[in-house]
Amino acid sequence: MPMSATLLHTPLHDRHVELGARMVPFAGWEMPVQYEAVIPEHRAVRTDAGVFDVSHMGELEVEGPHARDLLQSALSNDLDRLEPGQAQYTLLTNEDGGIIDDLIAYRVGECSYLLVVNASNRENAYAWLKEREVRGSDVRDVSDDCALLAVQGPRSIERLGLPPARPFTFAETSIDGVEVMVNRTGYTGEDGCELLCMSEDAVRLWDAVLERGAVPCGLGARDTLRLEVCYPLHGNDIGPDTDAISAGLGWACALGKEFEGVEVLRRVKANGPERRLVAFVMEEKAIPRPGMPIDGGGEVTSGSHSPMLEIGVGLGYVPAGQAQPDTELTIDVRGRPRRARVVRKPIYKRED
Amino acid sequence: MAAAESYPDDLKYHEEHDWARVEGDEAVLGITWFAADALGELVHFEPPEVGSTVAKDQSYGEVESVKAVSDVIAPLSGEVLEVNEQVVGAPETVNEDPYGNGWLLRIRLSDPAETDTLLDVGAYRELLANQ
Repeated sequence: MPMSATLLHTPLHDRHVELGARMVPFAGWEMPVQYEAVIPEHRAVRTDAGVFDVSHMGELEVEGPHARDLLQSALSNDLDRLEPGQAQYTLLTNEDGGIIDDLIAYRVGECSYLLVVNASNRENAYAWLKEREVRGSDVRDVSDDCALLAVQGPRSIERLGLPPARPFTFAETSIDGVEVMVNRTGYTGEDGCELLCMSEDAVRLWDAVLERGAVPCGLGARDTLRLEVCYPLHGNDIGPDTDAISAGLGWACALGKEFEGVEVLRRVKANGPERRLVAFVMEEKAIPRPGMPIDGGGEVTSGSHSPMLEIGVGLGYVPAGQAQPDTELTIDVRGRPRRARVVRKPIYKRED
Repeated sequence: MAAAESYPDDLKYHEEHDWARVEGDEAVLGITWFAADALGELVHFEPPEVGSTVAKDQSYGEVESVKAVSDVIAPLSGEVLEVNEQVVGAPETVNEDPYGNGWLLRIRLSDPAETDTLLDVGAYRELLANQ
């Protein structure tokens, strides 16, 4: 982790400081963890609309007549299911079937793709793809040119004045005069979008989104929101040493095609994983945290207080025999055994 | 709603951001506004058992916010007479009223002379200014 003096700033850094955000180091960036407080920000996204500055995330452009071949052999999901204007969740895998990064691939044109990758994996993902570049495919890191705002919540589309659209589609439009790519994607389990714009337009777009009533939200709420809906966090729940099948991400792996590490994933799938990433809720008052042991050989990989359920919730790997919903788990909470119960994902679902 | 920053004059303070209100041979303990603000909204208090003893400068429990967990340090030694069940049930009470309804423990002092080692409000404010 770089020293604070060398932490990177997004184009919205001054806005965050003006709003009184608590800034923390995250993946080499100085980012807002909260403005007002985590719980009200979380609830704003569940009930209305919140906006997150996620400009620290990386954007890679892959273009050329062989861009498709390069990506189809590097990414787990089937890229051929995408028409221009569509996006998919996919994994960049290593030769062991481990997860270098989880990302969203956007098919921008016939021969042109955009990958939005995690901030902490931007360099690895870029280097990995660059190494596999062939004539007719060009990989470029355009992260510094881009800003990304996630506007999330049941009223976010209405507040932005956008037309309804299907999840995992995108379109170019303008919001209060700022050219944006509107992606119907997110990391909260709510309706909403992610707005990609040029760095120099970021402040104008941020101001416009706030003007329209979205509540500024920090990384704290982003983490509790994604945990309630069981979206894995790379570096916690998944990583280069974990495979997609054990992590419950088999749905994002086209095992019928050839890509890096696919034989390993086919084998894990055929034999059944030895351990699985499960969701659980605490049955006693306690908050699970990453790294806590689970009796029987498991380990918590994400854990927090759920602002919606108001109990401790988490994700963790357990032996396959303990992975069935309703299985009782015992978590070692700093020396105190505390009971938890495996639940079906997601942990939180809106009651419609 | 989190309380505004304040440090009452009638309390004794410990440098780990804990306070004590000494009442005869008993004391009420809690964490300061500074500690509660640094943690964020509290969502869990893991208290000691009534009848157990707490030792000055040692952890007697844990408070947790969404993002963080922190030991609570005893400013004074003694036997736990009462745990604030309101805080156990609604930990955010500490953020809302850190010196009133957000108290954590009542203890019977085992060594009342320890009180002399604690900071008064002026010294505690000075410590905060140098953080």
